[in-house]
Amino acid sequence: MSEVPADLKYLKSHEWLHDLGDGFVTIGITDHAQALLGDLVFIDLPEVGQKVEAGAECTVLESVKAASDVYSPVNGEIVEVNEALGDAPEIINSDPYGDGWICRIKLSDNNDLSTLLDAAAYTEALEQEAD
Amino acid sequence: MGKHTALYQKHLDAEAKIVDFAGWDMPLHYGSQLNEHRQVRETAGVFDVSHMTVVDVSGTQAQAYLRYLLANDVARLQETGKALYSCMLNEHGGVIDDLIVYYVDTNNYRVVVNAATREKDLAWMQKQAENYAVSLQEQDLSMLAVQGPQARAMALPLLPSSLQAPVAALKPFFAAWEADWFVGRTGYTGEDGIEIMLPNEAAPGLWDALLAAGVKPIGLGARDTLRLEAGMNLYGADMTEETTPCASGLGWTLAWTPETRDFIGRAAIEPLRQDGAEQLLIGLVLLEKGVLRAHQKVLVEGVGEGEITSGTFSPTLNAGIALARVPSALTEQVKVQIRDKAVLAKVVKPPFVRNGKALVEV
Repeated sequence: MSEVPADLKYLKSHEWLHDLGDGFVTIGITDHAQALLGDLVFIDLPEVGQKVEAGAECTVLESVKAASDVYSPVNGEIVEVNEALGDAPEIINSDPYGDGWICRIKLSDNNDLSTLLDAAAYTEALEQEAD
Repeated sequence: MGKHTALYQKHLDAEAKIVDFAGWDMPLHYGSQLNEHRQVRETAGVFDVSHMTVVDVSGTQAQAYLRYLLANDVARLQETGKALYSCMLNEHGGVIDDLIVYYVDTNNYRVVVNAATREKDLAWMQKQAENYAVSLQEQDLSMLAVQGPQARAMALPLLPSSLQAPVAALKPFFAAWEADWFVGRTGYTGEDGIEIMLPNEAAPGLWDALLAAGVKPIGLGARDTLRLEAGMNLYGADMTEETTPCASGLGWTLAWTPETRDFIGRAAIEPLRQDGAEQLLIGLVLLEKGVLRAHQKVLVEGVGEGEITSGTFSPTLNAGIALARVPSALTEQVKVQIRDKAVLAKVVKPPFVRNGKALVEV
């Protein structure tokens, strides 16, 4: 079973969100997602200032096997991008919840983080997917 | 559940991610496709390719039959054990399959065809055999490909003792055999190595011995990136029944001489011998970061459009690479449509990598 930290929020499409407070969040993809994709070799990094919408694509990851969209869990604007991934996207494979974070987002006013999955609900979703 | 090779349990033991391949449950990777790729380029890896189809062709007209069946000419095989790569064409010059044929003697050949095309290949070969004094016998053998710069040195001591000296002496594209063991110095990676056909009962033991000697298991994922770096075509992707060898980068496998030899498809493709094909298969290296994928559109400025037939990320070049079918024209650069961007790619002549060395500049 893949790792699902208890202090994060999740999307069923395997993105995680860390609520930093004060209207800022960090997002990335889950351990399960990186394992499914396999060795990552490219990320089409988003840009600082880019607006993102909940449920809409915000970046694209490519592994040797396949390309995969990453969806934003929230509405807002990107304020920081993990530039280290540009040269070493494999950091996501080795540390998806830590050094493999993708970007930080300043939330707009119209967000309801309570609609996101908590760790227990995401774990359940993973179990259903496996059946 | 798909079919299982004699090594299925060994793949599970090695924690393989199993996928369906042409009805077989086969290992995609054993953890990291990239590491497996590098293992083969740098040291040695072993692939279970037991799903491939082995057919022995025997009879007084075995040579005549194969000279008609295949677009390359088995009469070129004069030395015991010599191997030949060939296309098998339909009447329209489309490729039914690509294969390797080994020369035992003029009455006996061993043919290895793809797993995904097994049924249609066997039916076609059987149909064409009706007019010849030959018999076709499919062999139920396991097959292990041991590939990499250290592959032969590491595998040799694990072969039956009577085969060790003959295999050590093999030149590239030759085979040696002893009873049910058949070893060719062939492969699909662009590295030195051998392919070992052996009885199913013996396969798990050889697998264990190879792993104990430090040879690592390699899945289908790395098999694909290795063969693409080596500029080798994949049947069903880079050529099909709808494409000729000339439009698939395989013109070199067509034996036009002697003029008197007829082979299936010859009449259809003879015009291409002088005029060339309307399309070409070319190599591409992406000049920006990213990954090329099959079916992406290729734009050749002032000429027209083509399509990527096989694409991947090359771990050796650290760049996207591809084979693409484009309209015939000399061109140095093309654009590839990746999602909403048209990205520049350089046209190169495959192979991209051979014996661990990059052959193209990035």
